[in-house]
Amino acid sequence: MGAVTENTSANAKPNQDVFAATLLKLAEADKNIIAVTSDSRGSGKLVAFGQQLPDQIVEIGIAEQNLVGVAAGLASAGKKTFAVSPACFLTARALEQIKNDVCYSDNPVRLIGISAGVSYGALGTTHHSLHDFAVLRAINNITIVVPADNFETEQAVKLAAQSTKPVYLRFGKKPMQLLTEDASIGFEFGKGRVVKKGSDVAIIANGETVYPALLAAQKLEESGISATVVSMHTIKPLDVTLIAQLATETKAIITVEEHMINGGLGEACASYLLQNGYKKPFKIMGIPDEYTVTGSQVEILNHYGISADGIAAEAIKILSGN
Amino acid sequence: MTDKELKEKSVEYRKKILKYIVGANAGHTGGSLSCTDILNVLYNDVLNVSPDDFGSPDRDRYIQSKGHCVEALFVVLADKGFFPETDLETLCKYKSHYIGHPTKKVHGVEQNTGALGHGLPIAAGVALAAKMDKKAYRVFTMLGDGELPEGSNWEAALTASHYKLDNLCAMIDNNKLQITGTNAEVCNTDPLDAKFESFGWAVKQVDGHDIKALREAFASMPFEPGKPNLIIAHTIKGKGISFMENSVKWHHGVPNHEQYETAITELEVAMANI
Repeated sequence: MGAVTENTSANAKPNQDVFAATLLKLAEADKNIIAVTSDSRGSGKLVAFGQQLPDQIVEIGIAEQNLVGVAAGLASAGKKTFAVSPACFLTARALEQIKNDVCYSDNPVRLIGISAGVSYGALGTTHHSLHDFAVLRAINNITIVVPADNFETEQAVKLAAQSTKPVYLRFGKKPMQLLTEDASIGFEFGKGRVVKKGSDVAIIANGETVYPALLAAQKLEESGISATVVSMHTIKPLDVTLIAQLATETKAIITVEEHMINGGLGEACASYLLQNGYKKPFKIMGIPDEYTVTGSQVEILNHYGISADGIAAEAIKILSGN
Repeated sequence: MTDKELKEKSVEYRKKILKYIVGANAGHTGGSLSCTDILNVLYNDVLNVSPDDFGSPDRDRYIQSKGHCVEALFVVLADKGFFPETDLETLCKYKSHYIGHPTKKVHGVEQNTGALGHGLPIAAGVALAAKMDKKAYRVFTMLGDGELPEGSNWEAALTASHYKLDNLCAMIDNNKLQITGTNAEVCNTDPLDAKFESFGWAVKQVDGHDIKALREAFASMPFEPGKPNLIIAHTIKGKGISFMENSVKWHHGVPNHEQYETAITELEVAMANI
């Protein structure tokens, strides 16, 4: 693979832009695809969708519970429904509708959480979604996918469109570099993507944290440390086969996520490892259970060590036995 | 079916509702008895659903928002042949699909409900899909009056009006009681007609135990082209059983043996007087 740099190339787009472009393309060919929005077509990048396919967008207004309930009804009547709303509102305010109307009733709504994690930065905790993995992991009958780059995003949207089961896709606002040019690394729900191979430490990340994990791996190489980097885009169902393999082949595991450390990717991995007899040095990097520091997305993530330097430092620390 | 035959069905339904609630030693007795006549008319005079063709994309849909009154729904579905009535002997028993709220595991149930304030948004979504697909099927949902403070109802009321869903009909089982007391004491929602009319709905008020009035109301859909339909059905909680009527304690009270015998006797007298 080529060198990955921190400089964002002109080709890097926010994943939610790629989501919208992909959905528009799919919907042009399939009149049964319906986008449902809660005054969120701007932030969801669906303005063009609304202009070009006005009969395939349903505007609900700012009413997320109703957004999900109506989407469930549309899905039950055969519509391939994408319910699009900021992740913070979609997965908190409408959680009961997700639990009952989508998952329990098995209406295959594609729930699209946009501007997720701390994408909204200085808008503060009301606009952050640091709970969504945790709450959705605790609900039966939903696939949870957090694409890391534009490639994963496009693939995830296409797969979601074909899905006959509820799916949650989570996107952020930051332009994302491709993790790898290696076309042999495919994408399917429930299969982690090994975007860099190494033997000392495995860094399992998802969403917008995979890229800094990859940069961290490059820094570690300069220090003689070989790291595997995995985009564990699907949290549920979790690729436990890959996790077991990483636990066998490397000396330590670090997980990284733009989510509270409670109940997210890291705890999902830890649960599997502990219950299956893997006793390896293990560290969860995420947002701690505290009043979240204020600032931009990058400032917040840097504050909590979710950066190339922070992840590399954690790797050195865990390998040195500290 | 004649009005008289439907009235007889209502009495039979009420007897079975009590029978299976007693068998399960659980159930929402008062509300199931208040909505019996509405479901009777809906399934025997309005909906184009059948057990053999339940997957038809053109079928009418009924989504029970007040899911806790599932006993009434189950009794009606059994009568319509969706499953053998004897299945109801497993009501609320270990591993039974016949639980205390509707689930799609039971043939004839459209959506899993139970949490309140969910039926109307889903029904609005289905009705919107019908409009998009230019299909003629209609969508019905029954709400309890006690669930009206749930904000999602009013969100969906806006959507139904905004999208001119005149193929949608909401029925409010307006028995005026909820678990704590009267609606007026708990959270006054009156005047319901003016509220919904101001949201852009066409509203009819009927005696929810008057078979003829219910039939006429349903038959006049859409009440006004371009507006969603609301039937405010004025009902009596515990209807048909003298000691249960208008009594909060029968919200989910289960009759003992003696009360059950008395209730059945009252229903048999009612049957004889039809």
